[in-house]
Amino acid sequence: MELIWQGISQAFWLLIQGDPEVLRVTLLSLEVSGTATLISLLVGIPAGTALALTRFPGHRAVVSLVNTGMGLPPVVAGLVVTVFLWRNGPFGILHLLYSPPAMVIAQCVIASPIVVGLTLAAIQNLNPKLRVQILALGASRPQMLWLLVREARLPLLAAVMAGFGAVISEIGASMMVGGNILGQTRVLTTATVMETSKGNFDVAFALSVILLGLVYAVNLVLTYVQQRGRAL
Amino acid sequence: MRRARRLLVLDKTNIRVHPRSSVVSIQRNKRRRNPTTKPASIIATILTAILLVACGAGSPASPSAQPGVTPTAPSVQATAIPAPPKPANPDLILATTTSTQDSGLLDTLIPLFEKQTGYKVKTIAVGSGQAMTMGERGEADVLLVHAPDSEKKFIAAGHGINRQLVMHNDFVIVGPAEDAVKIKGIKTASEALKKIADAKATFVSRGDNSGTDQLEKKLWTAMGTATKGQAWYQESGQGMGQTLSIAAEKKAYTITDRATHLATQKNTQLAILVEGDQALLNIYHVTQVDPKKSDKINAAGAKAFSDFMLSKSAQDVIAKFGADKYGQPLFFADAGKPDAS
Repeated sequence: MELIWQGISQAFWLLIQGDPEVLRVTLLSLEVSGTATLISLLVGIPAGTALALTRFPGHRAVVSLVNTGMGLPPVVAGLVVTVFLWRNGPFGILHLLYSPPAMVIAQCVIASPIVVGLTLAAIQNLNPKLRVQILALGASRPQMLWLLVREARLPLLAAVMAGFGAVISEIGASMMVGGNILGQTRVLTTATVMETSKGNFDVAFALSVILLGLVYAVNLVLTYVQQRGRAL
Repeated sequence: MRRARRLLVLDKTNIRVHPRSSVVSIQRNKRRRNPTTKPASIIATILTAILLVACGAGSPASPSAQPGVTPTAPSVQATAIPAPPKPANPDLILATTTSTQDSGLLDTLIPLFEKQTGYKVKTIAVGSGQAMTMGERGEADVLLVHAPDSEKKFIAAGHGINRQLVMHNDFVIVGPAEDAVKIKGIKTASEALKKIADAKATFVSRGDNSGTDQLEKKLWTAMGTATKGQAWYQESGQGMGQTLSIAAEKKAYTITDRATHLATQKNTQLAILVEGDQALLNIYHVTQVDPKKSDKINAAGAKAFSDFMLSKSAQDVIAKFGADKYGQPLFFADAGKPDAS
């Protein structure tokens, strides 16, 4: 128990002091996971909407695949990305392994199915008559799609939060494709694991507190946006 | 609630064939435009912000971008520290063991090497076994590992060149301070392990083919003790730090390198029970991956790192490392000494 208080107070101390290493690690976590979430949204919302509004042979198989992807273990994503980015792998010439872009790629693989799956559910959850109504009012197809997405913004923001939450907290992929390299790819989660194995439980705890604080702050902003304009 | 009600209204207007229905709902839309566009613009702002942050993501990682960040900086820097030479291929992958990272040694040595040479080192801390597999596949340029027998095979198989003695410390057998099996003070490791096995006292093995694991397996094999599948013999499959934590929780015995034990002792409360046996020497070598394996291997960088580890400045750091914190150095610098292993 004492360790928890020690961790919380040390977290504040590290932040107030502006410990450059902790700041860099925190900022990199935010950059990598923020970028990955953004790319997942750019890919996931159109894909999810398309899946929700179309029917084709094998549609259910694809949806099942997406739903399975929502539970994709980060280490599996990490392993696959590692094999692809290896020097001797198909994308080896890009020299991406053990760099922040590699972590972004792995995290996109983790977050995209979540965004696609939740977008799909959100759009399908809209009353099907709404589409007819919007088209009947003379909206063009892009206008209709925009209105549908806008109509589903509450569950879509939940998708943003779920995607971001999944990638900022994952460790397996970041460790594998990033390598936890000091000053290059060390993020909050990998640093926490390393400090734990070093036996520095107080530092590990401080990093956990910072991670939770960061996730809370991001979710606070998103929730504020989500709940804005709603009575109660 | 509100959305549901609105959909209901839309449905109603849809069902009723009323000439004014469309006008009504268009008006609704107009009235609603203000509250909905605001959140949309906020989302846009956030996304832009994330994008802006993302664009900056690459810059802190690339040291090559550092000189000349501000127009005034270069002249000041130029007089303070000589700019490191620019290697043709600055990316260097070092595959090493968890003990060199968990003890904190590499966090001290690597920045020094980078400053001196201009290389950018990617340190991948895994077990010695995995580190050598990375070398075999040409996924690493240089190795710093402690599994002499495997290293010799590695060289013999044509995967590595220029294997050099860097430093040593020793392995110790640790366990709970109460030492139920009474192995404290026993002179040889095999005698102590035999006592543990005979008493069926819990022993935690790394089980991950790391240097420590290989040494431990070698001891059991030499003794002829079967450990596979025994209830008292448990494999953690994790790094040394984690394995020590597990041993502490289970009040079990284990073999560890001295450096990691000293670094984690304050939490584990494990005690050193057996030490000083010649069989427990823990020897670290630096080995370059043979550049003939693939033209992607950074041979120049590997040579530079090897030279650095044997240089006086690195050896001095190694010899002193940990003395201030633990009262004794964690490693003994060995460059240039006769190599028996």
